[in-house]
Amino acid sequence: MHLETVAGLAAALKGRKVSSTELVRAFLERIQAAQGKLNAFISVEGAAALAAAAAADRRLAAGDAGPLTGVPIAHKDIFCTAGTRTTCGSRMLANFVSPYDATVVERLKAAGTVMLGKTNMDEFAMGSSNETSWFGPVRNPWDPKRVPGGSSGGSAAAVAARLVPAATATDTGGSIRQPAALCGVTGIKPTYGRVSRYGMIAFASSLDQGGLITQTAEDAALLLGAMAGFDPRDSTSVDRPVPDYAAGLERPLAGLRVGLLKEFFDAGLDPAVAALIRAALQVLERQGATLTEVSLPNLPLSVPTYYVVAPAECSSNLARFDGVRFGHRCENPRDLTDLYCRSRGEGFGAEVKRRIMTGTYVLSAGYYDAYYLKAQKVRQLISQDFARAFGAVDVVVGPTTPTAAFELGAKTSDPVTMYLNDIYTIGANLAGLPALSVPCGFAAGLPVGLQIIGSHFSEERLLNVAHRFQRETDWHRRVPQEWR
Amino acid sequence: MSLGRRDIENIAHLARLALAEGEVPAYVDSLSRIIELVGQLDGAETGNVEPMSHPLPGLSQRLREDAVTETDRHELYQQNAPQVSGGLYLVPRVIE
Repeated sequence: MHLETVAGLAAALKGRKVSSTELVRAFLERIQAAQGKLNAFISVEGAAALAAAAAADRRLAAGDAGPLTGVPIAHKDIFCTAGTRTTCGSRMLANFVSPYDATVVERLKAAGTVMLGKTNMDEFAMGSSNETSWFGPVRNPWDPKRVPGGSSGGSAAAVAARLVPAATATDTGGSIRQPAALCGVTGIKPTYGRVSRYGMIAFASSLDQGGLITQTAEDAALLLGAMAGFDPRDSTSVDRPVPDYAAGLERPLAGLRVGLLKEFFDAGLDPAVAALIRAALQVLERQGATLTEVSLPNLPLSVPTYYVVAPAECSSNLARFDGVRFGHRCENPRDLTDLYCRSRGEGFGAEVKRRIMTGTYVLSAGYYDAYYLKAQKVRQLISQDFARAFGAVDVVVGPTTPTAAFELGAKTSDPVTMYLNDIYTIGANLAGLPALSVPCGFAAGLPVGLQIIGSHFSEERLLNVAHRFQRETDWHRRVPQEWR
Repeated sequence: MSLGRRDIENIAHLARLALAEGEVPAYVDSLSRIIELVGQLDGAETGNVEPMSHPLPGLSQRLREDAVTETDRHELYQQNAPQVSGGLYLVPRVIE
Protein backbone atom coordinates (compact mmCIF):
# COMPACT_ATOMS: atom_id res chain seq x y z
CA MET A 1 0.00 0.00 0.00
CA HIS A 2 2.90 2.39 0.63
CA LEU A 3 3.62 2.62 -3.11
CA GLU A 4 0.10 3.90 -3.84
CA THR A 5 -0.62 7.44 -4.96
CA VAL A 6 -2.96 9.83 -3.14
CA ALA A 7 -5.62 9.05 -5.78
CA GLY A 8 -5.12 5.30 -5.24
CA LEU A 9 -5.26 5.60 -1.46
CA ALA A 10 -8.37 7.79 -1.57
CA ALA A 11 -10.10 5.19 -3.75
CA ALA A 12 -9.02 2.32 -1.46
CA LEU A 13 -10.30 4.22 1.59
CA LYS A 14 -13.60 4.95 -0.08
CA GLY A 15 -13.94 1.31 -1.17
CA ARG A 16 -13.21 0.27 2.45
CA LYS A 17 -10.28 -1.88 1.26
CA VAL A 18 -8.11 -0.25 3.90
CA SER A 19 -8.75 2.01 6.88
CA SER A 20 -7.07 5.33 7.54
CA THR A 21 -5.81 3.90 10.84
CA GLU A 22 -4.07 1.04 9.01
CA LEU A 23 -2.52 3.45 6.53
CA VAL A 24 -1.35 5.88 9.19
CA ARG A 25 0.23 3.04 11.24
CA ALA A 26 2.03 1.69 8.17
CA PHE A 27 3.41 5.07 7.09
CA LEU A 28 4.40 6.01 10.67
CA GLU A 29 6.41 2.78 10.83
CA ARG A 30 8.16 3.62 7.57
CA ILE A 31 8.92 7.13 8.81
CA GLN A 32 10.44 5.80 12.06
CA ALA A 33 12.47 3.16 10.24
CA ALA A 34 13.85 5.72 7.77
CA GLN A 35 14.58 8.55 10.20
CA GLY A 36 18.13 7.45 11.06
CA LYS A 37 18.99 7.05 7.38
CA LEU A 38 17.27 10.00 5.71
CA ASN A 39 16.43 12.50 8.50
CA ALA A 40 13.45 13.60 6.40
CA PHE A 41 11.32 14.68 9.39
CA ILE A 42 11.78 17.22 12.17
CA SER A 43 8.67 16.19 14.12
CA VAL A 44 6.47 13.10 13.90
CA GLU A 45 2.97 13.48 15.35
CA GLY A 46 2.02 9.83 15.82
CA ALA A 47 -0.65 10.17 18.52
CA ALA A 48 -2.40 13.12 16.85
CA ALA A 49 -2.27 11.33 13.48
CA LEU A 50 -3.85 8.17 14.89
CA ALA A 51 -6.61 10.21 16.53
CA ALA A 52 -7.28 12.01 13.25
CA ALA A 53 -7.25 8.68 11.39
CA ALA A 54 -9.82 7.23 13.80
CA ALA A 55 -12.05 10.26 13.20
CA ALA A 56 -11.57 9.84 9.42
CA ASP A 57 -12.55 6.16 9.68
CA ARG A 58 -15.74 7.13 11.50
CA ARG A 59 -16.60 9.57 8.70
CA LEU A 60 -15.84 6.95 6.05
CA ALA A 61 -18.07 4.44 7.88
CA ALA A 62 -20.86 7.00 8.17
CA GLY A 63 -20.63 7.76 4.45
CA ASP A 64 -19.96 11.50 4.90
CA ALA A 65 -16.33 11.48 3.74
CA GLY A 66 -14.76 14.07 1.43
CA PRO A 67 -12.48 13.24 -1.53
CA LEU A 68 -9.33 13.10 0.62
CA THR A 69 -10.72 11.83 3.93
CA GLY A 70 -8.19 9.64 5.72
CA VAL A 71 -5.28 10.22 3.29
CA PRO A 72 -1.99 10.68 5.19
CA ILE A 73 0.27 13.59 4.25
CA ALA A 74 3.15 15.58 5.76
CA HIS A 75 3.69 19.33 6.00
CA LYS A 76 6.94 21.15 5.45
CA ASP A 77 7.99 22.58 8.82
CA ILE A 78 7.56 26.12 7.47
CA PHE A 79 3.75 25.83 7.77
CA CYS A 80 2.38 26.67 11.22
CA THR A 81 0.43 23.84 12.83
CA ALA A 82 -1.58 24.71 15.94
CA GLY A 83 -0.45 23.00 19.11
CA THR A 84 2.59 21.29 17.59
CA ARG A 85 6.16 22.47 17.11
CA THR A 86 6.93 24.57 13.99
CA THR A 87 10.69 25.16 13.67
CA CYS A 88 11.33 26.33 10.10
CA GLY A 89 14.53 24.27 10.38
CA SER A 90 16.02 26.82 12.78
CA ARG A 91 17.42 26.89 16.30
CA MET A 92 15.58 30.23 16.53
CA LEU A 93 12.22 28.40 16.53
CA ALA A 94 13.34 25.06 17.99
CA ASN A 95 10.68 25.31 20.73
CA PHE A 96 8.04 27.39 18.93
CA VAL A 97 4.49 26.05 19.20
CA SER A 98 2.20 27.87 16.81
CA PRO A 99 -1.03 29.26 18.27
CA TYR A 100 -2.82 28.75 14.92
CA ASP A 101 -2.89 26.67 11.71
CA ALA A 102 -1.62 28.02 8.39
CA THR A 103 -4.42 28.35 5.83
CA VAL A 104 -2.82 25.53 3.80
CA VAL A 105 -2.87 23.27 6.86
CA GLU A 106 -6.42 24.28 7.76
CA ARG A 107 -7.72 23.62 4.22
CA LEU A 108 -6.00 20.27 3.77
CA LYS A 109 -7.32 19.25 7.20
CA ALA A 110 -10.83 20.32 6.18
CA ALA A 111 -10.45 18.21 3.02
CA GLY A 112 -9.88 15.21 5.29
CA THR A 113 -6.13 14.63 5.08
CA VAL A 114 -4.29 13.34 8.16
CA MET A 115 -0.96 14.99 9.03
CA LEU A 116 1.79 12.53 10.04
CA GLY A 117 4.49 15.09 10.83
CA LYS A 118 6.62 18.03 9.77
CA THR A 119 9.34 17.62 7.17
CA ASN A 120 12.94 18.79 7.43
CA MET A 121 14.07 21.80 5.40
CA ASP A 122 16.89 24.29 4.94
CA GLU A 123 16.83 26.86 7.74
CA PHE A 124 14.11 29.44 6.95
CA ALA A 125 13.99 27.85 3.45
CA MET A 126 17.38 29.36 2.63
CA GLY A 127 19.39 26.71 0.85
CA SER A 128 19.47 24.36 -2.13
CA SER A 129 20.76 21.19 -0.45
CA ASN A 130 19.04 20.89 2.95
CA GLU A 131 22.44 21.22 4.57
CA THR A 132 21.55 24.45 6.41
CA SER A 133 18.91 22.81 8.66
CA TRP A 134 19.59 23.15 12.41
CA PHE A 135 18.24 19.58 12.66
CA GLY A 136 20.89 18.14 10.34
CA PRO A 137 20.94 17.43 6.62
CA VAL A 138 18.43 15.24 4.80
CA ARG A 139 19.86 12.49 2.61
CA ASN A 140 18.78 11.58 -0.90
CA PRO A 141 16.96 8.20 -0.95
CA TRP A 142 18.59 7.42 -4.32
CA ASP A 143 22.09 7.78 -2.83
CA PRO A 144 22.58 8.69 0.84
CA LYS A 145 25.95 10.34 0.07
CA ARG A 146 24.05 12.93 -1.95
CA VAL A 147 21.80 15.85 -1.08
CA PRO A 148 18.03 15.75 -1.72
CA GLY A 149 18.05 19.38 -2.86
CA GLY A 150 16.42 22.18 -0.93
CA SER A 151 14.88 23.88 0.66
CA SER A 152 11.96 21.37 0.66
CA GLY A 153 14.42 18.45 0.84
CA GLY A 154 12.57 16.63 3.62
CA SER A 155 9.28 16.68 1.70
CA ALA A 156 10.98 15.47 -1.50
CA ALA A 157 12.99 12.70 0.21
CA ALA A 158 9.92 11.55 2.18
CA VAL A 159 7.80 11.20 -0.98
CA ALA A 160 10.68 9.62 -2.96
CA ALA A 161 11.17 6.96 -0.24
CA ARG A 162 7.38 6.52 0.03
CA LEU A 163 7.39 7.49 3.71
CA VAL A 164 4.30 9.51 2.91
CA PRO A 165 2.28 9.68 -0.33
CA ALA A 166 2.52 13.48 -0.65
CA ALA A 167 3.80 16.52 1.24
CA THR A 168 3.39 20.28 1.16
CA ALA A 169 6.37 22.44 0.23
CA THR A 170 7.28 26.05 -0.55
CA ASP A 171 9.25 27.65 -3.37
CA THR A 172 11.01 31.04 -3.27
CA GLY A 173 13.70 30.38 -5.89
CA GLY A 174 13.23 26.71 -6.75
CA SER A 175 12.69 25.11 -3.34
CA ILE A 176 9.92 22.79 -4.59
CA ARG A 177 11.08 22.04 -8.15
CA GLN A 178 14.81 21.54 -7.47
CA PRO A 179 14.41 18.91 -4.69
CA ALA A 180 11.58 17.26 -6.68
CA ALA A 181 13.97 16.91 -9.63
CA LEU A 182 16.86 15.65 -7.49
CA CYS A 183 14.67 13.05 -5.72
CA GLY A 184 12.70 11.85 -8.77
CA VAL A 185 9.28 13.12 -7.70
CA THR A 186 6.71 15.64 -8.99
CA GLY A 187 6.75 19.20 -7.63
CA ILE A 188 4.50 22.17 -8.42
CA LYS A 189 4.98 25.83 -7.53
CA PRO A 190 1.69 27.61 -8.28
CA THR A 191 1.27 31.19 -9.48
CA TYR A 192 2.20 33.84 -6.91
CA GLY A 193 -0.96 34.54 -4.89
CA ARG A 194 -2.71 31.26 -5.79
CA VAL A 195 -2.04 29.60 -2.41
CA SER A 196 -2.37 31.58 0.82
CA ARG A 197 0.84 32.53 2.60
CA TYR A 198 -0.98 32.98 5.93
CA GLY A 199 0.86 30.92 8.53
CA MET A 200 3.67 30.10 6.10
CA ILE A 201 6.77 31.54 7.73
CA ALA A 202 7.96 34.37 5.48
CA PHE A 203 11.34 34.41 3.71
CA ALA A 204 10.91 36.73 0.68
CA SER A 205 7.32 37.89 0.49
CA SER A 206 7.21 38.86 -3.20
CA LEU A 207 8.58 35.43 -4.22
CA ASP A 208 7.32 32.87 -1.65
CA GLN A 209 4.60 30.48 -2.78
CA GLY A 210 3.24 27.29 -1.24
CA GLY A 211 2.87 24.14 -3.30
CA LEU A 212 3.27 20.39 -3.30
CA ILE A 213 5.58 17.44 -3.71
CA THR A 214 3.74 14.35 -4.96
CA GLN A 215 4.33 11.16 -6.93
CA THR A 216 2.11 12.25 -9.83
CA ALA A 217 0.57 15.29 -11.49
CA GLU A 218 -2.83 13.77 -10.77
CA ASP A 219 -2.13 13.83 -7.01
CA ALA A 220 -0.88 17.41 -7.30
CA ALA A 221 -4.17 18.33 -9.02
CA LEU A 222 -6.26 16.75 -6.23
CA LEU A 223 -4.33 18.39 -3.40
CA LEU A 224 -3.86 21.79 -5.06
CA GLY A 225 -7.60 22.00 -5.63
CA ALA A 226 -8.07 21.59 -1.87
CA MET A 227 -5.43 24.08 -0.72
CA ALA A 228 -5.60 26.91 -3.32
CA GLY A 229 -7.92 29.88 -3.31
CA PHE A 230 -8.56 33.32 -1.92
CA ASP A 231 -7.73 34.05 1.71
CA PRO A 232 -8.54 37.46 3.18
CA ARG A 233 -5.80 36.90 5.80
CA ASP A 234 -3.06 37.05 3.12
CA SER A 235 -2.99 40.51 1.51
CA THR A 236 -1.27 39.09 -1.61
CA SER A 237 -3.80 36.26 -2.07
CA VAL A 238 -5.61 36.60 -5.41
CA ASP A 239 -9.41 36.51 -5.47
CA ARG A 240 -10.02 34.23 -8.41
CA PRO A 241 -11.98 30.95 -8.65
CA VAL A 242 -10.04 27.68 -8.35
CA PRO A 243 -10.64 25.43 -11.35
CA ASP A 244 -11.26 21.68 -11.01
CA TYR A 245 -7.65 20.75 -11.77
CA ALA A 246 -8.38 17.02 -11.94
CA ALA A 247 -11.10 17.54 -14.57
CA GLY A 248 -8.62 18.95 -17.11
CA LEU A 249 -5.92 16.28 -16.77
CA GLU A 250 -6.82 14.14 -19.80
CA ARG A 251 -7.10 16.95 -22.35
CA PRO A 252 -5.18 15.90 -25.52
CA LEU A 253 -1.92 17.70 -26.26
CA ALA A 254 -2.63 18.12 -29.99
CA GLY A 255 -1.86 21.71 -30.93
CA LEU A 256 0.00 22.49 -27.68
CA ARG A 257 2.76 25.00 -28.47
CA VAL A 258 5.88 24.16 -26.48
CA GLY A 259 8.77 26.62 -26.31
CA LEU A 260 12.20 25.18 -25.67
CA LEU A 261 13.99 27.70 -23.51
CA LYS A 262 17.24 28.48 -25.31
CA GLU A 263 18.98 30.11 -22.33
CA PHE A 264 18.56 26.95 -20.24
CA PHE A 265 20.79 24.98 -22.60
CA ASP A 266 23.89 26.87 -21.45
CA ALA A 267 27.48 25.86 -20.75
CA GLY A 268 26.61 24.78 -17.19
CA LEU A 269 24.11 22.12 -18.30
CA ASP A 270 25.28 18.51 -17.92
CA PRO A 271 25.06 16.93 -21.45
CA ALA A 272 23.46 13.81 -19.94
CA VAL A 273 20.66 15.99 -18.48
CA ALA A 274 20.26 17.82 -21.81
CA ALA A 275 19.85 14.51 -23.64
CA LEU A 276 17.11 13.38 -21.23
CA ILE A 277 15.24 16.67 -21.65
CA ARG A 278 15.33 16.37 -25.45
CA ALA A 279 14.06 12.78 -25.22
CA ALA A 280 11.25 13.91 -22.90
CA LEU A 281 10.18 16.56 -25.40
CA GLN A 282 9.80 13.87 -28.06
CA VAL A 283 7.19 12.26 -25.79
CA LEU A 284 5.19 15.51 -25.97
CA GLU A 285 5.74 15.83 -29.73
CA ARG A 286 4.46 12.30 -30.32
CA GLN A 287 1.20 13.42 -28.68
CA GLY A 288 0.80 16.30 -31.12
CA ALA A 289 2.63 19.15 -29.38
CA THR A 290 4.71 21.43 -31.58
CA LEU A 291 8.16 22.44 -30.46
CA THR A 292 9.84 25.78 -31.13
CA GLU A 293 12.83 27.48 -29.56
CA VAL A 294 12.19 30.61 -27.49
CA SER A 295 14.78 33.04 -26.21
CA LEU A 296 14.52 35.07 -23.00
CA PRO A 297 17.56 37.32 -23.31
CA ASN A 298 17.41 38.74 -19.77
CA LEU A 299 16.96 35.37 -18.05
CA PRO A 300 20.71 34.86 -17.42
CA LEU A 301 20.43 37.82 -15.00
CA SER A 302 17.90 36.02 -12.80
CA VAL A 303 20.43 34.77 -10.22
CA PRO A 304 21.98 38.21 -9.54
CA THR A 305 18.50 39.78 -9.51
CA TYR A 306 17.28 37.20 -7.03
CA TYR A 307 20.27 37.68 -4.73
CA VAL A 308 19.30 41.32 -4.29
CA VAL A 309 15.51 40.97 -4.00
CA ALA A 310 15.37 37.82 -1.83
CA PRO A 311 17.97 38.87 0.78
CA ALA A 312 16.46 42.39 0.95
CA GLU A 313 13.03 40.96 1.75
CA CYS A 314 14.54 38.35 4.09
CA SER A 315 16.38 40.98 6.11
CA SER A 316 13.08 42.82 6.65
CA ASN A 317 11.00 39.72 7.38
CA LEU A 318 13.49 38.22 9.81
CA ALA A 319 13.73 41.47 11.79
CA ARG A 320 10.76 40.11 13.78
CA PHE A 321 13.02 37.60 15.53
CA ASP A 322 14.17 39.79 18.39
CA GLY A 323 14.32 37.42 21.36
CA VAL A 324 11.38 39.24 23.00
CA ARG A 325 8.04 37.90 21.78
CA PHE A 326 8.95 34.39 20.62
CA GLY A 327 11.96 32.39 19.52
CA HIS A 328 15.44 31.95 20.93
CA ARG A 329 16.68 34.33 23.65
CA CYS A 330 20.30 34.58 24.77
CA GLU A 331 21.34 34.10 28.42
CA ASN A 332 21.92 37.14 30.68
CA PRO A 333 21.60 40.04 28.22
CA ARG A 334 23.46 43.20 29.33
CA ASP A 335 20.99 45.55 27.66
CA LEU A 336 18.37 45.57 24.92
CA THR A 337 20.88 45.82 22.04
CA ASP A 338 22.85 42.91 23.48
CA LEU A 339 19.60 40.95 23.79
CA TYR A 340 18.78 41.52 20.09
CA CYS A 341 22.30 40.90 18.77
CA ARG A 342 23.13 37.77 20.72
CA SER A 343 19.65 36.19 20.44
CA ARG A 344 19.83 36.63 16.66
CA GLY A 345 23.51 35.71 16.39
CA GLU A 346 22.90 32.46 18.31
CA GLY A 347 19.47 31.63 16.90
CA PHE A 348 20.30 31.96 13.19
CA GLY A 349 22.70 29.70 11.30
CA ALA A 350 25.49 30.83 8.97
CA GLU A 351 23.50 30.94 5.71
CA VAL A 352 20.58 32.83 7.23
CA LYS A 353 22.99 35.38 8.71
CA ARG A 354 24.69 35.70 5.33
CA ARG A 355 21.39 36.48 3.62
CA ILE A 356 20.25 38.91 6.30
CA MET A 357 23.57 40.76 5.99
CA THR A 358 23.42 40.76 2.17
CA GLY A 359 19.92 42.23 2.39
CA THR A 360 20.93 44.77 5.01
CA TYR A 361 23.82 45.86 2.81
CA VAL A 362 21.82 46.28 -0.42
CA LEU A 363 19.13 48.26 1.42
CA SER A 364 21.54 50.43 3.40
CA ALA A 365 21.76 54.18 2.90
CA GLY A 366 23.35 55.12 -0.41
CA TYR A 367 23.07 51.65 -1.98
CA TYR A 368 19.29 51.31 -2.44
CA ASP A 369 19.18 52.67 -6.02
CA ALA A 370 22.27 50.81 -7.17
CA TYR A 371 21.06 47.44 -5.96
CA TYR A 372 17.38 47.10 -5.00
CA LEU A 373 15.90 49.52 -7.53
CA LYS A 374 18.18 48.20 -10.27
CA ALA A 375 17.21 44.61 -9.45
CA GLN A 376 13.48 45.41 -9.54
CA LYS A 377 14.00 46.95 -13.01
CA VAL A 378 15.83 43.87 -14.29
CA ARG A 379 13.09 41.77 -12.72
CA GLN A 380 10.62 43.71 -14.86
CA LEU A 381 12.71 42.91 -17.97
CA ILE A 382 12.73 39.20 -17.11
CA SER A 383 8.93 39.26 -16.60
CA GLN A 384 8.50 41.01 -19.95
CA ASP A 385 10.65 38.33 -21.62
CA PHE A 386 8.32 35.64 -20.27
CA ALA A 387 5.20 37.62 -21.30
CA ARG A 388 6.57 37.90 -24.87
CA ALA A 389 7.30 34.17 -24.97
CA PHE A 390 3.75 33.35 -23.85
CA GLY A 391 2.44 35.34 -26.80
CA ALA A 392 3.94 32.66 -29.08
CA VAL A 393 3.83 29.45 -27.01
CA ASP A 394 1.58 27.90 -24.34
CA VAL A 395 4.32 26.56 -22.06
CA VAL A 396 8.09 26.88 -21.92
CA VAL A 397 10.22 23.90 -21.00
CA GLY A 398 13.76 23.01 -20.06
CA PRO A 399 15.74 21.23 -17.37
CA THR A 400 14.87 21.91 -13.70
CA THR A 401 18.52 21.76 -12.62
CA PRO A 402 21.90 21.83 -14.42
CA THR A 403 22.98 18.47 -12.94
CA ALA A 404 21.57 15.56 -10.95
CA ALA A 405 22.04 15.46 -7.14
CA PHE A 406 25.51 16.42 -5.87
CA GLU A 407 27.32 15.03 -2.82
CA LEU A 408 26.90 16.44 0.67
CA GLY A 409 29.54 19.08 1.32
CA ALA A 410 30.33 19.56 -2.39
CA LYS A 411 29.05 23.15 -2.55
CA THR A 412 29.08 24.36 1.04
CA SER A 413 32.41 26.23 0.86
CA ASP A 414 31.29 28.78 -1.75
CA PRO A 415 27.74 30.15 -1.46
CA VAL A 416 27.75 31.48 -5.04
CA THR A 417 28.38 27.96 -6.42
CA MET A 418 25.40 26.76 -4.36
CA TYR A 419 23.23 29.68 -5.55
CA LEU A 420 23.91 28.81 -9.21
CA ASN A 421 22.14 25.48 -8.69
CA ASP A 422 18.87 27.44 -8.89
CA ILE A 423 19.75 29.11 -12.19
CA TYR A 424 16.83 27.51 -14.09
CA THR A 425 14.18 27.80 -11.38
CA ILE A 426 14.52 31.41 -10.13
CA GLY A 427 13.01 33.02 -13.27
CA ALA A 428 9.51 31.67 -12.54
CA ASN A 429 9.61 33.14 -9.02
CA LEU A 430 10.77 36.56 -10.21
CA ALA A 431 7.92 36.67 -12.73
CA GLY A 432 5.34 35.09 -10.35
CA LEU A 433 4.68 32.23 -12.80
CA PRO A 434 3.49 28.69 -12.07
CA ALA A 435 6.01 25.94 -12.81
CA LEU A 436 6.42 22.26 -12.16
CA SER A 437 9.05 19.54 -12.36
CA VAL A 438 8.38 15.95 -13.41
CA PRO A 439 10.82 13.02 -13.39
CA CYS A 440 12.14 12.40 -16.94
CA GLY A 441 14.91 9.83 -16.59
CA PHE A 442 18.16 9.00 -14.86
CA ALA A 443 21.72 10.25 -15.37
CA ALA A 444 24.25 7.79 -13.91
CA GLY A 445 21.51 6.30 -11.72
CA LEU A 446 20.26 9.63 -10.38
CA PRO A 447 16.88 11.20 -11.21
CA VAL A 448 16.54 14.22 -13.52
CA GLY A 449 13.59 16.61 -13.77
CA LEU A 450 11.85 18.25 -16.73
CA GLN A 451 10.61 21.74 -15.89
CA ILE A 452 7.42 23.14 -17.42
CA ILE A 453 6.59 26.83 -16.89
CA GLY A 454 3.26 28.43 -17.79
CA SER A 455 1.64 31.86 -17.89
CA HIS A 456 -0.04 33.23 -14.74
CA PHE A 457 -2.81 30.96 -13.39
CA SER A 458 -2.20 28.22 -15.99
CA GLU A 459 -1.78 25.46 -13.36
CA GLU A 460 -4.55 23.47 -15.03
CA ARG A 461 -2.62 23.35 -18.31
CA LEU A 462 0.71 22.54 -16.61
CA LEU A 463 -0.85 19.64 -14.69
CA ASN A 464 -2.53 18.45 -17.89
CA VAL A 465 0.81 18.40 -19.80
CA ALA A 466 2.58 16.69 -16.88
CA HIS A 467 -0.20 14.11 -16.54
CA ARG A 468 -0.15 13.27 -20.27
CA PHE A 469 3.64 12.93 -20.03
CA GLN A 470 3.29 10.59 -17.03
CA ARG A 471 0.74 8.44 -18.90
CA GLU A 472 3.42 7.73 -21.51
CA THR A 473 6.39 7.30 -19.14
CA ASP A 474 7.07 5.48 -15.89
CA TRP A 475 9.94 7.53 -14.43
CA HIS A 476 7.62 8.82 -11.70
CA ARG A 477 6.88 5.24 -10.59
CA ARG A 478 10.54 4.39 -9.97
CA VAL A 479 11.38 3.95 -6.31
CA PRO A 480 14.90 3.46 -4.90
CA GLN A 481 15.60 -0.26 -4.29
CA GLU A 482 15.89 0.12 -0.51
CA TRP A 483 12.50 1.84 -0.19
CA ARG A 484 10.30 -0.35 -2.40
CA MET B 1 33.54 45.51 -5.40
CA SER B 2 35.04 43.92 -2.36
CA LEU B 3 34.08 44.34 1.29
CA GLY B 4 36.41 44.57 4.27
CA ARG B 5 36.24 43.55 7.91
CA ARG B 6 34.90 46.98 8.96
CA ASP B 7 32.11 46.74 6.39
CA ILE B 8 31.04 43.34 7.74
CA GLU B 9 31.13 44.57 11.33
CA ASN B 10 29.03 47.59 10.36
CA ILE B 11 26.48 45.50 8.43
CA ALA B 12 26.23 43.00 11.29
CA HIS B 13 25.55 45.86 13.70
CA LEU B 14 22.85 47.32 11.44
CA ALA B 15 21.28 43.84 11.21
CA ARG B 16 21.58 43.36 15.01
CA LEU B 17 23.60 40.18 14.61
CA ALA B 18 26.38 39.35 17.06
CA LEU B 19 29.13 37.57 15.11
CA ALA B 20 31.86 35.56 16.78
CA GLU B 21 35.35 36.89 15.99
CA GLY B 22 36.09 33.74 14.00
CA GLU B 23 33.01 34.12 11.80
CA VAL B 24 34.01 37.51 10.33
CA PRO B 25 36.65 36.46 7.72
CA ALA B 26 34.27 33.95 6.10
CA TYR B 27 31.60 36.66 5.74
CA VAL B 28 34.13 39.13 4.31
CA ASP B 29 34.88 36.55 1.66
CA SER B 30 31.36 35.30 0.89
CA LEU B 31 29.61 38.68 0.93
CA SER B 32 32.27 40.04 -1.41
CA ARG B 33 31.56 37.17 -3.80
CA ILE B 34 27.81 37.78 -3.62
CA ILE B 35 28.23 41.52 -4.27
CA GLU B 36 30.46 40.63 -7.23
CA LEU B 37 27.74 38.29 -8.57
CA VAL B 38 25.13 41.01 -8.11
CA GLY B 39 27.42 43.40 -10.00
CA GLN B 40 26.37 41.62 -13.22
CA LEU B 41 23.21 43.77 -13.06
CA ASP B 42 25.29 46.85 -13.94
CA GLY B 43 25.45 45.61 -17.54
CA ALA B 44 21.65 45.59 -17.99
CA GLU B 45 20.11 48.52 -19.91
CA THR B 46 17.28 49.72 -17.65
CA GLY B 47 16.98 53.40 -18.61
CA ASN B 48 13.22 53.56 -19.24
CA VAL B 49 12.19 50.48 -17.28
CA GLU B 50 9.64 50.79 -14.48
CA PRO B 51 10.79 48.88 -11.39
CA MET B 52 8.52 45.90 -10.72
CA SER B 53 6.21 46.60 -7.80
CA HIS B 54 4.11 43.41 -7.79
CA PRO B 55 4.77 39.92 -9.18
CA LEU B 56 1.42 39.91 -11.00
CA PRO B 57 0.95 42.52 -13.74
CA GLY B 58 -1.69 45.14 -13.06
CA LEU B 59 -2.16 44.17 -9.43
CA SER B 60 -1.26 46.19 -6.39
CA GLN B 61 -1.51 45.65 -2.67
CA ARG B 62 -5.07 44.95 -1.59
CA LEU B 63 -6.29 47.15 1.26
CA ARG B 64 -8.95 46.43 3.85
CA GLU B 65 -11.15 48.53 6.07
CA ASP B 66 -9.36 49.84 9.16
CA ALA B 67 -11.52 47.78 11.50
CA VAL B 68 -10.74 45.50 14.42
CA THR B 69 -11.01 41.90 13.20
CA GLU B 70 -8.91 40.02 15.76
CA THR B 71 -9.90 39.05 19.25
CA ASP B 72 -7.54 39.47 22.21
CA ARG B 73 -5.52 36.26 22.49
CA HIS B 74 -2.41 37.63 24.14
CA GLU B 75 -2.29 34.88 26.76
CA LEU B 76 -2.11 32.22 24.06
CA TYR B 77 0.49 34.16 22.07
CA GLN B 78 2.62 34.89 25.11
CA GLN B 79 3.06 31.18 25.79
CA ASN B 80 5.88 31.39 23.23
CA ALA B 81 7.57 34.38 24.86
CA PRO B 82 10.87 33.82 26.67
CA GLN B 83 9.84 36.06 29.62
CA VAL B 84 6.50 37.64 30.50
CA SER B 85 5.04 39.10 33.65
CA GLY B 86 1.51 40.36 34.21
CA GLY B 87 0.74 40.12 30.49
CA LEU B 88 3.82 42.18 29.58
CA TYR B 89 6.97 41.13 27.73
CA LEU B 90 10.07 41.52 29.86
CA VAL B 91 13.30 42.99 28.47
CA PRO B 92 16.46 44.35 30.15
CA ARG B 93 16.00 47.77 31.75
CA VAL B 94 16.02 50.47 29.03
CA ILE B 95 15.76 53.63 31.18
CA GLU B 96 17.97 53.92 34.27
